Amino acid sequence: MRRIYLDHAATTPVDKRVLKAMLPYFSEKFGNASSLHSFGREANEAIEKAREKIASLINAQKEEIYFTSGGTESNNLAIKGVAFANRERGKHIITSKIEHHAVLNVCEWLEKQGFEITYLPVDKYGFIELDKLEKAIRKDTILVSIMHANNEIGTIEPIEEIGKICRKKGVYFHTDAVQSVGKIPVDVEKMNVDLLSISSHKIYGPKGVGALYVRDGVKIETIQHGGGHEKGLRSGTENVAGIVGFGEACYLAGKEMKREILKQTKLRDYLIKNVLKIKYSRLNGHPIKRLPNNANFCFKFIEGESLVFQLDTRGIAASTGSACSSKSLEPSHVLTAIGLKPHEAHGSLRLTLGKENTKKEIDYVIKVLPEIVENLRKISPFKGKWE
Amino acid sequence: MTELYPKEVIKHFKNPKNVGVIKNADGVGKVGNIVCGDVMWLYIKVKRDKGGEERISDVKFQTFGCIVAIAVSSMLTEIVKNKTIEEAIKITKEDILKRAGKLPPIKIHCSVLAADALHEAIYDYFKKNNRKIPEELEREHKRIKYDLEILTKRHKEYVALEKNILEK
Ligand SMILES: Cc1ncc(COP(=O)(O)O)c(C=O)c1O
Ligand code: FES
Repeated sequence: MRRIYLDHAATTPVDKRVLKAMLPYFSEKFGNASSLHSFGREANEAIEKAREKIASLINAQKEEIYFTSGGTESNNLAIKGVAFANRERGKHIITSKIEHHAVLNVCEWLEKQGFEITYLPVDKYGFIELDKLEKAIRKDTILVSIMHANNEIGTIEPIEEIGKICRKKGVYFHTDAVQSVGKIPVDVEKMNVDLLSISSHKIYGPKGVGALYVRDGVKIETIQHGGGHEKGLRSGTENVAGIVGFGEACYLAGKEMKREILKQTKLRDYLIKNVLKIKYSRLNGHPIKRLPNNANFCFKFIEGESLVFQLDTRGIAASTGSACSSKSLEPSHVLTAIGLKPHEAHGSLRLTLGKENTKKEIDYVIKVLPEIVENLRKISPFKGKWE
Repeated sequence: MTELYPKEVIKHFKNPKNVGVIKNADGVGKVGNIVCGDVMWLYIKVKRDKGGEERISDVKFQTFGCIVAIAVSSMLTEIVKNKTIEEAIKITKEDILKRAGKLPPIKIHCSVLAADALHEAIYDYFKKNNRKIPEELEREHKRIKYDLEILTKRHKEYVALEKNILEK
């Protein structure tokens, strides 16, 4: 059966060129980057080259890039690291209700450690309201953490403006850019960010590696103590092959970005236009200010897990924010935050495109999806009963 | 994804039996609510057989819910079809669970719903015919109503909305 992968927000395949770049660093150039001998120097050089590639993708200095094990760790390090290093100044942190759990759960944990967190609401598209942010900043606010692009509904936040406000008020600004780096332009100078999280596996790099950008001069403390790697901010022998792959992935993403944005936006809009022909369907997020690869829908009267399963049997890989498919049986906090009722969030479907998807594949989805929705609605007691 | 659930569940989900409405049903059981997601409506038709016993001659369902909720609804209809009312009252959630196979713990509540729907449908049948309601059925009915009440309190606005929908 043909298989169509439309879950690129979850993860992406490793690009063949990335894999090729990584391969020598397993058995041949296997050195520990801390060693003084040639094996070690070889590994160290590779890491520093990768660091440059990542810095160049986001217009940062090479020295401001710290390697981690991925987006989750970068978010942990940024938020906990800044919180503990600056707690003499204040204990207040601002974030939003639509962050990834790798931010939300860190904040909830910090609450237990005596920090105070404000969770900003968003409007119906998922946008942070700037006046609300400005009002929420207090004398004792030490950090604002707001994501660049949302992983579920693809909404792109007004990061430059948020950065300006934080700069003006003198608070650190962190952004979780795991979904945006490599897909849309990211420039730490233009965006006025102080810390920024990146993950390799969302941009055709290997899993288990990522980076945190920390602007020179930001006061931050390590949360992982050890041999003092990464200038003491993140101890642990470097994942050399992973870092090399991550660097190559960033390089390729930068080189091919323009082309991919054009291609995927076109495919995305074609998909959205045709899926919305299904009765009782809606698009979640903003029609334009969204990631080029993200489409998120709700279909009334049916449930998302059933829908994802039926798509899977037809070879289409997708995901849902339905309560039934979450471990907590709670509907997606993002869909709830943009105002969807639990039963509406129930019928949600996320399709996220990647660089290997073709129009032919999208045509297949457009053909199969209405049939599946219709079949599930036949089973539902609510068909046509709510608007 | 087929590895997530037992074969029997997948089989019924892909090809659910007895989907739909019975227009002149003798009993209807409506359980669950749209706040938590799973809603199941069960319709039964009851006839006396040659021996004079009341039997469930036809049964249909409509379900709003996940894979397990839909599959278990379908299984339940197969279990109760042609059972006497007396036998059907005795069907428990354990019987349904056994039929479904090993479910992830988080999905067990979906199968509880099916047993509730059945008992409510029979309760409704007795009520419509002005018959004395067996004690165990009355107890079940009270529990189901009580559970709903708690939920109602917790999610006032949504339940009002649901009522609105159901009255249409
Ligand atoms: C917005 C966002 N932040 C953080 C993460 C976590 O990244 P990682 O999987 O690299 O830990 C993800 C990935 O699911 C994400 O989408
Ligand atoms: S109906 Fe929601 S988990 Fe089964």
